[in-house]
Amino acid sequence: MQTMKDLIAEHPFFRGLDPEHLDVIAGCAQNVRFQAGEFLFREGDEADRFFLIRHGRVALSTYIPERGAITIQTIGAGEVLGWSWLFPPYRWHFDARALEVTRAIAFDGKCLREKCQADSKLGYELMRRFASIMMDRLQATRLQLLDVYGGRS
Amino acid sequence: MNTMSAEPIQAVDPMAPRWYRILQRRRENHDTFTLELTPEDGGAPMAFAPGQFNMLYVFGVGEIPISISGDPSQPQRLIHTTRAVGTVTKAMSRLGKGDLLGVRGPFGTSWPLAEAEGKDVVVVTGGIGLAPLRPAIYQLLAQREKYARIVLLYGARTQEDMVFRRELERWSARLDVEIFATVDRATSGWRGNVGVATTLIPHAPFDPDDTIALVCGPEVMMRYTVAALEKRGLEHEQIYISMERNMKCAVGFCGHCQFGPQFICKDGPVFRFDQVRAIFGKWEV
Ligand SMILES: Cc1cc2nc3c(=O)[nH]c(=O)nc-3n(C[C@H](O)[C@H](O)[C@H](O)COP(=O)(O)OP(=O)(O)OC[C@H]3O[C@@H](n4cnc5c(N)ncnc54)[C@H](O)[C@@H]3O)c2cc1C
Repeated sequence: MQTMKDLIAEHPFFRGLDPEHLDVIAGCAQNVRFQAGEFLFREGDEADRFFLIRHGRVALSTYIPERGAITIQTIGAGEVLGWSWLFPPYRWHFDARALEVTRAIAFDGKCLREKCQADSKLGYELMRRFASIMMDRLQATRLQLLDVYGGRS
Repeated sequence: MNTMSAEPIQAVDPMAPRWYRILQRRRENHDTFTLELTPEDGGAPMAFAPGQFNMLYVFGVGEIPISISGDPSQPQRLIHTTRAVGTVTKAMSRLGKGDLLGVRGPFGTSWPLAEAEGKDVVVVTGGIGLAPLRPAIYQLLAQREKYARIVLLYGARTQEDMVFRRELERWSARLDVEIFATVDRATSGWRGNVGVATTLIPHAPFDPDDTIALVCGPEVMMRYTVAALEKRGLEHEQIYISMERNMKCAVGFCGHCQFGPQFICKDGPVFRFDQVRAIFGKWEV
């Protein structure tokens, strides 16, 4: 039987994290499961969690009047979802909806923020990992904006 | 007949076009079409290696390089997939069954399929970049036992812009190849991944220590792809790209396609990334 600590250690986002830190953050984590079509969170709601996706796929979308919900990005197994819990005002910027049955580890944002305050080494480690994800997503968004498959002229 | 080769084939008479008749024209998407050609002189089919290209001449309009997108084990069906972007490609898009095209070739280097034997092969491609890679995929699948994992990562602007959709579905149904597709923009009905092709790289199932990557797409997409592959742990020597800068003669005389010290037409279009790293991404060299 795998413990929460094992599950977290297995996820690429936390690969190589110190065992003591894994113990600390496991106390803020919980296993969650979403049916296809179910929302993980809604735009504007309080951002009190983030998710390590273990199986399944989640669509991030935003609602545009007269166009409906537009999917900006999908997030799948091995990826991390949500950083709005890191910074005030702690509100989600998008809707997140499971496209298929999705299993994830959900972290309580407040709990984690408190642990990071108490242990700056853990705080740094977490920020470093999130910053790297943010940089990847920024690069991907830039490429997306370039519309490279559009007209050549 | 098995005439499959991983080594580039030399054109018999590189400067003389041979006439081919269009047997079939298939629409791939709003601006891309596939032509199936047969030699008008009834002579021997053109053997080629995956990654090579031909110079296609539209009578009275001009001549352009287009990769061969067909199956190397069936050279009697010469197949090219073209996106209509300018003078010659648009004129070509108006041709139909029974029309004639001049063909010179094949030219250029090929994908390193022999070198990839025993390894994982990851194909990363976007848009019409799948066309020059399709012959490589046919050959990899025809000789499936020679390779470890085969992974195809394909990005397109939208679902409607994808080329070879029927084939992508057929390959997806196979258990011995893993296909991940993504679109930059989700249109209604698309239930797959949304995001650029490079977002598929971090979690794709291949062993970075023992992988050969074959990359073809718009140049900027290839730059980001190389960076994502590097981040995953691949060395430049494990990455091959196909460059599609403009060219004229196709035999290394005219200098039109000179890319630093290299000529795309004869030293490329397929390059190992370390050979072009210094000049890749530069607008003019
Ligand atoms: C080795 C090689 C293989 C190729 N394989 C294919 C293929 O399989 N299918 C395919 O559709 N195209 C392929 N191309 C690109 C194709 O040759 C060009 O699109 C074509 O030459 C454009 O000619 P045109 O007269 O229609 O356009 P032009 O009227 O000459 O140009 C129209 C517009 O397209 C731009 N353009 C022209 N050529 C390119 C290019 N190579 N890359 C980016 N922008 C360009 C021009 O700058 C201009 O803005 C390949 C190119 C090379 C070098």
